[in-house]
Amino acid sequence: MSTTLSTPPGIGREDLARLAEHWDEPRSLRAWFTTVDHKKIGRRYLVTAAFFFVLAGLSALVMRTQLARPESGVLSPQEYNQLFTMHGTAMIFLFATPMLFGFGNFLVPLMIGSRDMAFPRLNAFGYWVFLFAGLFMWASLPFGAAPNNGWFAYAPLNQDQHNPGLHMDVYALGLLFLGISTTSGAINFIVTALKLRAPGMSLNRVPLFVWAIVATAFMVVFALPALNTDNALLFLDRRFDTHFFDPGGGGNVLLWQHLFWIFGHPDVYIIVMPGLGIVSAVLPAFTRRGVVGYPLIVLAIVAISIVSFGVWVHHMFATGLPQLSYSFFSAASTIITIPSGIQIFAWLATMMLGRLVLRAPLLFVIGFIVTFVLGGFTGAMFALTAFDQQVTDSYFVVAHFHYVLLGGALFPILAGIYFWLPKITGRMYHEGLGRWAFWLVFTGMHVTFFPMHLYGLFGMPRRVYTYRSDLGWDVGNLISSIGSYVLALGLLLVLIGVVHAIRRGRPAGPDPWEGDSLEWSAASPPEAYNFPVIPCVHSLHPTWDERTVESTTTGATKDRILSEGKRTLFTSELDARPERAAPMPEPSFKPLVLAGVLLVFFTALLLGAYPVAVAAVLAVAATIAAWLWPPRRPDEEIGIAS
Amino acid sequence: MRRTAETAPRPARRQRRPGPMLLLAGLLLLAGCSGGSPSALNPQGTGAARVNGLWWLLFWISVAVFAEVMALLAWALVFRRGTARVRHGQPLRFVTIAGAGLPFIILVAVYGVGLRDLAALGAGPGRDALTVEVIGHQWWWEVRYAGRSGATANEIHIPVGERVKVRLRTDDVLHSFWVPQLMPKTDLISGETRETWLEARQAGSYRGQCAEYCGTQHAHMAFLVVAQPRADFDAFLDRLDAPARAPQTDAERRGQQTFVQGTCAACHSIRGTGAQGRVGPDLSNVGSRWSIGAGAVPNDAGHLGGWIANSQTVKPGNAMPPQPVDAARLPDLIAYLRSLE
Repeated sequence: MSTTLSTPPGIGREDLARLAEHWDEPRSLRAWFTTVDHKKIGRRYLVTAAFFFVLAGLSALVMRTQLARPESGVLSPQEYNQLFTMHGTAMIFLFATPMLFGFGNFLVPLMIGSRDMAFPRLNAFGYWVFLFAGLFMWASLPFGAAPNNGWFAYAPLNQDQHNPGLHMDVYALGLLFLGISTTSGAINFIVTALKLRAPGMSLNRVPLFVWAIVATAFMVVFALPALNTDNALLFLDRRFDTHFFDPGGGGNVLLWQHLFWIFGHPDVYIIVMPGLGIVSAVLPAFTRRGVVGYPLIVLAIVAISIVSFGVWVHHMFATGLPQLSYSFFSAASTIITIPSGIQIFAWLATMMLGRLVLRAPLLFVIGFIVTFVLGGFTGAMFALTAFDQQVTDSYFVVAHFHYVLLGGALFPILAGIYFWLPKITGRMYHEGLGRWAFWLVFTGMHVTFFPMHLYGLFGMPRRVYTYRSDLGWDVGNLISSIGSYVLALGLLLVLIGVVHAIRRGRPAGPDPWEGDSLEWSAASPPEAYNFPVIPCVHSLHPTWDERTVESTTTGATKDRILSEGKRTLFTSELDARPERAAPMPEPSFKPLVLAGVLLVFFTALLLGAYPVAVAAVLAVAATIAAWLWPPRRPDEEIGIAS
Repeated sequence: MRRTAETAPRPARRQRRPGPMLLLAGLLLLAGCSGGSPSALNPQGTGAARVNGLWWLLFWISVAVFAEVMALLAWALVFRRGTARVRHGQPLRFVTIAGAGLPFIILVAVYGVGLRDLAALGAGPGRDALTVEVIGHQWWWEVRYAGRSGATANEIHIPVGERVKVRLRTDDVLHSFWVPQLMPKTDLISGETRETWLEARQAGSYRGQCAEYCGTQHAHMAFLVVAQPRADFDAFLDRLDAPARAPQTDAERRGQQTFVQGTCAACHSIRGTGAQGRVGPDLSNVGSRWSIGAGAVPNDAGHLGGWIANSQTVKPGNAMPPQPVDAARLPDLIAYLRSLE
């Protein structure tokens, strides 16, 4: 609720007052539960995902403590197996994607000059489901009932006869529950980016971050059904005696792997792509120029999102499938590195032509390039079947995907945190703390994971809770464990930096970085309605472009102020020509209620209380009906009359 | 140790702190090349040697490309700071050639080499080659030889210099058969049979380990491949058909009695005795094996006694319950089992 912003020329005080009246949500407990503001929801995604990241990270620290010395007894094998499963599952499903969805939620409407997401209530619903699904899964750990079969949960070890107890039921139901959130979020991003862009923001002026989020959303929509199918079949196998994955009953264990990786490989890009988008968003402010090769990067993003569906068998190179199919998937997996290569060199060219402003966000981007490139090399190695068969399922692959995921997601996320913290909180972070955090995270990351390449090559398989001392793995493991503490210390400094900025940071002002995209033309933190005047976009770098800036000041027009009612502007998909001003929904309890009944449903399924589950289904139907019931309000009230 | 010096520049460049990182990489490589390590970089078999060659090719290409990327990055960091004037060009040709063109050529070439190696790994031995049956269990390996009645466990004997066919099945969940110094992995798939092969170039023992997560004790599912001269191997095979060594001393005789009449025989078998259990490993030659519990502990009298009394403290979760063996009889039982060679 920044009041420091003076009234822009071209818009009257009455308009601002009316906008505030229609968009501001009161500061009350009720408003906390009913909010549909994309910025609040985005912030919640970020905070909740960070919380799950801390849990998953602490799990890893305990594991590294166990592995620091050979044959140590910090953890029992059962505890270790639950921890490594929860570490992977939470990092992939409860941290990486929701964190990046959090950035997307906060930033996409701001970057495209909209006042909210296309479906604000669906957005709120997606958050509540994410929160509940995350708690649902983590709550199993204190009961010793957490998933214990690795994050990809291969059959038949996921079956009841090999794995009794609730472990894998928690896994199957938790991911199905979470999938509702991810899918609804993805659909929301697609519609928002296609329909709510400010006038003039034709497809060739869409920020690269938004391109990345939309491509990610499309991948989610097409990939997630395979995972949902897998988990639904697994639950049927476990509870209702079907035999989809039970070879004893005519089932096929490799069916699980195919379905899982048809989801799982695109998921790698679902995690990395928004990270690459963050890099493209951060670079212009710190190189003082636009990213080189915009069309090439867009093509690379689209190419990755398509080709990523054709490489899943490289996760199955040791399962003994026919060599002919291996040679195909090997070729596809080799080729998919090229779009990433294009992006890397486009960023390098940007840095070589621009003027570098070496602040914390750029440091993390540089850390990203170094780390992600190394992960890319080992990735290309894994595309070659013969090499893959030697090092897959060893610590070499653990090193590889941590280079890709910490490089491709964590470093960009940290860059994004420092970059957008002033926008999100209105406060500037402490640069010194940020630099310390970078060097500790960067050093810790490489000290932890680089040795894993080596002891993987020396024959250490992944997912072992202990190892003997006479195998040449001791030194490397000890170094990795020391590195993991350094990494944790660096991440702690990031957290301290964020808290410090919120408490003590100096006011940042709307545009501390002189950024190029539209979020920097909004207040920090943005008003509830984001933009007093929806801009008319004239270039790829609207905030650097005088005509766009003018369109929100002296050139402001009534059809872009839209102060009559809670409305935003809908535009055409390709050229973003104005179509209509659409009313946006008021805050509501219904998203929370629907997510709550779904939680009851999944908990009832988990505990085998099937009558309760049936009742919950009826409650879900009733809530959806109430949600969709047409409002009975006069047209004037919602502002359609004008 | 020529490799040690060669690999050092990579971590050094990455960290820009050459001293400690160089030392670290050297230390690690030393650890991996030492005698006990089952290192893929110290190949002793035809399959692993091929992949080792591929690895060093990929490694040097990576070093070269990484040096290129770091050089560009360093150039920007040195020359494009402070007062550098921003240039607004769009060097699309540079991006296309460096980011797509050159990588494409390199990748196609590497893919070709990879295909050749894939075909080489796929070229198993002929139809009439010696065949070893390896059956995965949670958490040990059953080993049988075509045409031989006896079985052994967690130890695969092969004749040196011969390409031996390995037929892989699993009794329960997925496992993966991996002997880093001899041959890359092949998974054991529930309900199906897979084939791979082993060919050791030198006599010796090569450690293998399950590489596909298979439950609580995945960490303790190791095995040993013993490559021996043909004559020794034939002698080993012949022993597989013969009854186990008969007890020679009174203690061994009492031990055998305890074994056959007690709970042991319900799960384990010893050829030529009444013990014919099929749940756990065949123990007919247990005295000569390299370890107890598939690599969990060394095979000596102390560990054997501890294992029999309560293997759950050694390998928690394994299928063998604590045995109510009379403390007075345990030494005899140990003496008997250790005599079985």
